[in-house]
Amino acid sequence: MLNAEKRKTIFLLIPVVVILTGYVLYPTFETFLESIKRNGVFSLQNYKDFFGAKSAANFEALWNSIWISLLSVLFSALIGIPLAYIFNRYDFPGRKFFSNIAIMPIVLPSLVGVIAFMFLYGEAGLVPNAIKDIFNLSEVPFSIGGISGILIVHAYTMYPYFYITTSSALNNIDPSMEESALSLGASKFKVFWKVTFPLLTPGIVAASLLVFMVSMASFSAPFLLAGGFRVLSLQIYFSKINGDLEMAATQSVILSIVSISFLLFMRWYQGRKDYRMASKGIGAHRSEVNNPFIKWTMVSIGIIAMIILLLPHATLLVLSLVPDGAWTWQTYPTALGLENFRLLFEDPHIWEPVRNSLFMAFIACLGVLVFGVITSYALVKRSFIGKNLLDILVMIPWALPATVVGMNLILAFNKPSVFSFGNILVGTFWILPLAYFVRFLPLVVRSTNAVLEQLDDSIEEAAQNLGAKWFYTFRRVVIPIILPGVLSGTLLAFVQAVGEFPTSVLLYTLGNRPISIEIMNQLRMFNIGQAAAYGMIQVGLIAIVMFISTRIFGVKADKAL
Amino acid sequence: MSTVHLSQITKQFGKVTAVKNLDLVINEGEFFTFLGPSGCGKTTTLRMIAGFYYPTEGVVKFNEKDMTTVPPEKRNTGMVFQNYALFPHMTVYENVAFGLKVRKISKKETKQRVESVLEKVRLKEYINRQVSQLSGGQQQRVALARALVIEPDILLLDEPLSNLDARLRDEMRAELLRLQREFGITTVYVTHDQVEALTMSDRIAVFNFGECQQVGTPTEIYNKPVNDFVAQFIGETNLLPIIYEKTIDSQRVYRYKETSIYVNESSHNIAKYQETDELYISVRPEAVIISENKIEGNNVFEGVIDLVQFTGESLHLLVKIDDNTTIRVTELNQGIESYKKEGTKVYVQLPENRVRVVPKMKE
Ligand SMILES: Nc1ncnc2c1ncn2[C@@H]1O[C@H](COP(=O)(O)OP(=O)(O)OP(=O)(O)O)[C@@H](O)[C@H]1O
Ligand SMILES: [Mg+2]
Repeated sequence: MLNAEKRKTIFLLIPVVVILTGYVLYPTFETFLESIKRNGVFSLQNYKDFFGAKSAANFEALWNSIWISLLSVLFSALIGIPLAYIFNRYDFPGRKFFSNIAIMPIVLPSLVGVIAFMFLYGEAGLVPNAIKDIFNLSEVPFSIGGISGILIVHAYTMYPYFYITTSSALNNIDPSMEESALSLGASKFKVFWKVTFPLLTPGIVAASLLVFMVSMASFSAPFLLAGGFRVLSLQIYFSKINGDLEMAATQSVILSIVSISFLLFMRWYQGRKDYRMASKGIGAHRSEVNNPFIKWTMVSIGIIAMIILLLPHATLLVLSLVPDGAWTWQTYPTALGLENFRLLFEDPHIWEPVRNSLFMAFIACLGVLVFGVITSYALVKRSFIGKNLLDILVMIPWALPATVVGMNLILAFNKPSVFSFGNILVGTFWILPLAYFVRFLPLVVRSTNAVLEQLDDSIEEAAQNLGAKWFYTFRRVVIPIILPGVLSGTLLAFVQAVGEFPTSVLLYTLGNRPISIEIMNQLRMFNIGQAAAYGMIQVGLIAIVMFISTRIFGVKADKAL
Repeated sequence: MSTVHLSQITKQFGKVTAVKNLDLVINEGEFFTFLGPSGCGKTTTLRMIAGFYYPTEGVVKFNEKDMTTVPPEKRNTGMVFQNYALFPHMTVYENVAFGLKVRKISKKETKQRVESVLEKVRLKEYINRQVSQLSGGQQQRVALARALVIEPDILLLDEPLSNLDARLRDEMRAELLRLQREFGITTVYVTHDQVEALTMSDRIAVFNFGECQQVGTPTEIYNKPVNDFVAQFIGETNLLPIIYEKTIDSQRVYRYKETSIYVNESSHNIAKYQETDELYISVRPEAVIISENKIEGNNVFEGVIDLVQFTGESLHLLVKIDDNTTIRVTELNQGIESYKKEGTKVYVQLPENRVRVVPKMKE
């Protein structure tokens, strides 16, 4: 009797379990195996070395990663929370416009963003040099690089996590709660600390955990800015380049342990009973600012923030207009033009990486779309034993740093295996689409979960009651309803896959060289303009996707995170 | 059209027993209501008829056919959900046509049937609207049309009116009943609203704690409740604990505190009970006789009016007959001169032929 239902569940679970076992669990396990081998024999020597005096660099890198991440959390919070408070609680001219600009950093792919920062604030950057020339200084007054560079880039790219969670928490606070505190005689300051702030805490904690994880995993910023400074995600890459796979595996395991602990902690934290939603979300209430001095101060803050936020985008645009050779030793570019874009579309050699990226991201996203929906449907709408475990398994590639995902795939598929149908995948075209698939599956599962949870069970039951079989219901009722949310999640995965750098740099081959790798090549050849033009393609794609998501699918852009 | 037989149905969710040992027969063409407080197992029972749950024990039969484990899509029942469960991405037409499309009915006939059912629920003009653009009452009717158009053997309604405001609810009640009579469909209706149950049903099953307490017509349920729960749950009543004393002639005598209470020896006035049962006397507020002058006869109490509530058509009086007992009395509005005042000393009588002795519900 129950068998019909059970059979359907099992039928759904088989592909999900096979895929997750083959491409998440098995690679992780292979990495673990590799880490407890030395020259092919079982040994704990790698771990002894990691924590021992012999390779102090590793331990230092772990330590650096941790404190850089802590500082990144701090700075992102210091920017994101006040900005969210100002933009959501006060009404002043241009407020809406500024608050839209505030999430612009997520439109900049990380590698491209770091490059923009280098040319903006680095040693030869536009801003320091402009200041030097304007004030006739003999030296640039400041420049970013090394640790400060990493921290600034992290703060810039990660503060939106705080901004978005704080904004939505603020908008969910029932104004009557604060008003009643005020009417009971509490001062405004007291109301903020005793009422508002505690209500924001869950969101802030969640954002902190997220930023910590993201910056532990951060690769592009240290890769380009670190100089001699070591962080763990980068160490893995160097070990691999030096051919020390066993050490790379050990480092991966250590980083995985940190990340997975955070994932579990985050699940626990968000799963607790939450008191924020005690009353239903009431639209925000904003105090109109009347004092002209404060009002114009706020507008100025808005304008300055806007300029700072958009400068990297503007820089990228300007860089993309610099033809080859027009900005080498000079302080400023000597010529501007559309040369790079023309080349992009006319020179097949230059177009090739774009085509590779688009094609591989497309294949990966097709897979992600199909398996993401099946996985999410099983997780949300079916009950079975081990659901929690499956849920964690799906989220692991999201929690793991991209470098680790890359290492796991290398160690699993540098030899024939069942999951690659007996082929060696490393060194072939297929390893990169597979990496993108694994990396971005969680993203689509998460966005699909969100829409499926909104879908009342009775809708499916109604269809069934009217005589529709399960598959018909799924095809004709469930899919059409969730499609907008699912597609917008998939599109987001697509643009991220197009720009993906850390796994690409570990796994690319000459034949499937994606955009991000070619950007690095062009940089190495000092052809900044061409590199930036590639970057502009990514920015353009992201803009298109955001537009489609919000306008056509009606999905909020910040939901994308 | 079908009869529904539920025999010895038990449904457990893990440790929770949602429905216990249920035996019911729902007749062909009948409007049958499940009534009971929240969590008593009404929805669970309905869903077992629809096939969304399979009973842990027992048999579900439509006519003589065993349906216990037949999946929902093969039962040909039409269900209307509390939240309507309309398909949000489809128009009114597409929603209603869904069941016909699944049944592979030709385009032409589908169109005909959809239009005719929409006419019956008075939504013809809205045929091409997106369902999200309809009001609550209109959505409700689309849900109804969608269930009716497939000509189901049994119509299942789970609190279909609970999301509507009071006026619309009245309107839809009448509409529902009209449609049910017109289609002559066996209908199972779930509600926790007793007025709804009394006004609409041919028969009612009263549930509590997963058990069916009583099945009967609305008048039977109201006038001849089988225990204190049913008496209290349907309509208002006064319940006083009593002890059996003796039988004289055609009356039984019970004792409430110091007062003897006389009750006519008839099935109308005395429910079935066992000697060991705790007993109550139940009397409806409108049955109580109240007067400022001394009343002659049995079952008379002296008291003071504690509270007067004016509801327009009638007056509710609370009469305190001793320190911790008040009797609720309803008097029809007979004009301003007849209104009684709070604090007045009055006599109340519980007429021998209008009271009912009921046992305490067994848990
Ligand atoms: N799917 C389920 N899993 C576990 N317990 C359930 C499930 N469905 C119902 N129950 C439990 O069974 C009991 C009866 O529930 P049911 O929904 O049938 O009540 P109801 O009479 O419809 O109440 P209401 O008037 O609130 O809708 C409740 O205690 C409920 O918690
Ligand atoms: Mg219910």
